[in-house]
Parts: sequence; structure tokens; C-alpha cells
Amino acid sequence: MDLEIMKSYLPLYRDALLLTLKIGWQGVLLAFLTGLLCAVVLHLRVPLLRGIVQIYIELFRNTPLLVQLFFLYFALPKIGLRLSPGLCGSLGLGLIGGAYMTETIRSGLESIPVIQSESAASLGMNPLQAFRYVILPQAAASSVPGLIANVIFLLKETSVFSTISLMDLMFTAKDLIGMYARTTECLTLLVIFYLIMLLPVSFLGSLVERRMRYAEFGD
Amino acid sequence: MQSLGIDALFKGRNFLRLLEGLWVSVRISLIAVLISIVLGVVMGMLMTSKSRILKAVFRIYLEIVRIMPQMVLLFVVYFGTTRVFGWNLTSEAAAIIVFSFWGTAEMGDLVRGALISIPRIQYESARALGMKEGTLFRYVILPQTIRRMIPLSINLITRMIKTTSLVMMIGMVEVLKVGQQIIEANRKASPNAAFGVFGMVFFLYFLICWPISRLAAGLEKRWA
Repeated sequence: MDLEIMKSYLPLYRDALLLTLKIGWQGVLLAFLTGLLCAVVLHLRVPLLRGIVQIYIELFRNTPLLVQLFFLYFALPKIGLRLSPGLCGSLGLGLIGGAYMTETIRSGLESIPVIQSESAASLGMNPLQAFRYVILPQAAASSVPGLIANVIFLLKETSVFSTISLMDLMFTAKDLIGMYARTTECLTLLVIFYLIMLLPVSFLGSLVERRMRYAEFGD
Repeated sequence: MQSLGIDALFKGRNFLRLLEGLWVSVRISLIAVLISIVLGVVMGMLMTSKSRILKAVFRIYLEIVRIMPQMVLLFVVYFGTTRVFGWNLTSEAAAIIVFSFWGTAEMGDLVRGALISIPRIQYESARALGMKEGTLFRYVILPQTIRRMIPLSINLITRMIKTTSLVMMIGMVEVLKVGQQIIEANRKASPNAAFGVFGMVFFLYFLICWPISRLAAGLEKRWA
């Protein structure tokens, strides 16, 4: 282990971390919005759209992100759809994440007892109001731990971005190993940087989970 | 209208080679799942123990597995440990080590969850009926635990199969790599092969994982 060399690599890893975070958060945001939309479609049983959403979820939950990215990045240009690596990354992450987020949000929605929407209806709320003011706030609370677990999962998955030539942490490490053969130093830095990125999220996750137990009401 | 690579897909033994590549992923995941189940059950039981030290050790282990991307673990084992300790490791051995390491943590957590989800009253009632510890475990706790665990462990298999697509990165020739080779070999004859081949790889993965995850969902619903 050579600390001087590790120090000289630091700026490269920092840039890679920033890029990973940027694409990661775009993907997570996209995933969340997709998930919310799809979960609402499933919950309200919108005809036709519901079928499409179900096919989408099954397709993306049952294939690896690596294969999806290869399809987006190498196969789509052949039918005239060329996306930049960055866009492929956030889109791929958003699509796979959307499928997982849908499940999480939907199970949150389903965990709300029927009596809540019945009571809302008896107070004269229309279904949309009941959804917006009664169901959604409660469901949001109960799906937060699951959502954070998904965020960790998605940020972890960003490691496959290196295969579509995005200069993320994994790419940087591989590149430096290839050039200078400082395997130990590069891999140590890689592990440290992933810890820097994910430990706070994981910590936040367990904090929120502990908090949520107090927020439950009813039985 | 160009062919989009359907021709390249069925030329010679190409399709068979893709399937062989897929088998490499599936084989690694099955071996890793088997190891994970055995070690995971032991670990899950140990995790329910009262010992503070054991708990802390497992907690750190779980946290490492949860946080580190599998790709990083693969690199650390395949390139890192071989460099530091100077041993030789085939890429398949490295993959099996990493996926078992990961699977054991996941499985251990599932077993722990299943064990502590059995209500206290089950133990107490069994004891009240005069069962010995062994009988109690064999006839009361184990059947209930297994019922809760089977769907979750089947899910673990699909997750394994999906994650093993990463072994390409440490030089194993699995389905994606074979796909790339086919595309490269047919670059002249069928320039658009990437669409057909990667589309097929996508579909093949779906074809394997979908029935397994349906099975898990079905069992979960039936036994819940």
C-alpha cells in the first residue's frame, strides 16, 4: 500500500463519485416518479394502462440491469435511437428502479385499511380527494423504509455503468489498474468511495425505520 | 429493411452457444444458492443467539454485503486477494465465493426473520403439551419456518441469476459475452446484429427468471 499514490488518485475518484451521484440521483428520481405513477395506476385499477404497467414490471424485474443497459446502449442505435451514455445510465436506472419502486409504493398503498377510504367517503370526499388527503400521506409514511432500501439498491447498481463507458467509480478503478497496475491501492480506494457514498444512505434508512415504528397508528 | 440480426442469431451453432452461455450463469447461481442455503441456515440460527459479540459481527457482515456492489466484491476477490495473498483463483471460483458470501448474508437474514416471526406462544404451547426441545423444533417450529422461507429463497435464486450477469466483468464467457462475440464475428454480414442478439439475451433472462419469480409469488400467497 502506497499512501502517496492513493493520494494522487483522489481527485480522479472524487470526479467519478460526483458523476456516479449525478447519474444515480437522476435515475433514482426518475425511478420514484415512474414508480409512483405506476403504483397509482395499479391501485386505481385503470383499465388497459394496468396491463401495460404489469408487463413493464415483470419485464424489468426479471432481467439484469447490465442486460437492459446493453440493450439501451448497443441495440437501440441499430433501429435509429441513439442515446448518450449518461442518458442511457439514468434511463436504465430509472426503468429498473421504477419497477421496484412500484411494488414498494403499491404495498404501502395496500397496507392502508379499507376503513380509511370508507370513512373518507362517508365524510363526503370524492375518491380523488380521499386518495390525495387520506390514503397517500399514510401510504407514503409506511413505504419510506422500502423506498430507501431501493435507493441503496439503485446506487449500488450504478457500478455496471462502467460497461457503457461512463466514467463512474468502477470505470475509474478499472482504468487505473489497467494503466498503473496498482491493484491494491485502486481497489481499496474503490471500496472506501462506495462506503462514502452509501453508508450515509444506509444510516438514514435505519434511522427512518426506527422513527416509522412510532408513526404507526391504529392497531 | 435490414435484418436486425435475426440471421446472425441462428447461423451455425450461435443460438446453442448463447444457451450454453446462459447455463454458465445459471450453474454458478445454483451452486452459490446451495452453499448460501446451507451456510445461511446456520448463520440465521446463530444470529438469533443472545451473544452481543456474535450479533455485532453479523451486523457488520450484513452491512458490508448490503452496501458493497457485487461488482466491487468480484473485483476485490478476483484481482485484489490474488494480488495481496498471491494465490491463484479461476474466475468461476471467485464468482462462486462472492455470490456465496452475498447469498449467505441474505439467506441468514431471511432465516433469522423467519425464526423470530414465529410467535412465542407456539413455543409455550408446545412445551405445555410436554414436548422436548428437539421434538418442539422438529414438529412445530421447523415446518412453520420452512414455509415462510421457501418463497423467499426461491426469490434469492432469481436475484442470483440476475446478478451473475456480472461475471462477464471478470472474464467469464457467459451469455452477454457470447452475444458480443457473435456480434463481432458477424459485423460485416449483419451490421445490425446487436439489436437481435441483445434483444434475445434480454428475452432469455426474462424466460428463466419470470417462471421462478411467479412460482415464488404463488407459494407466498398460498402459504401466507
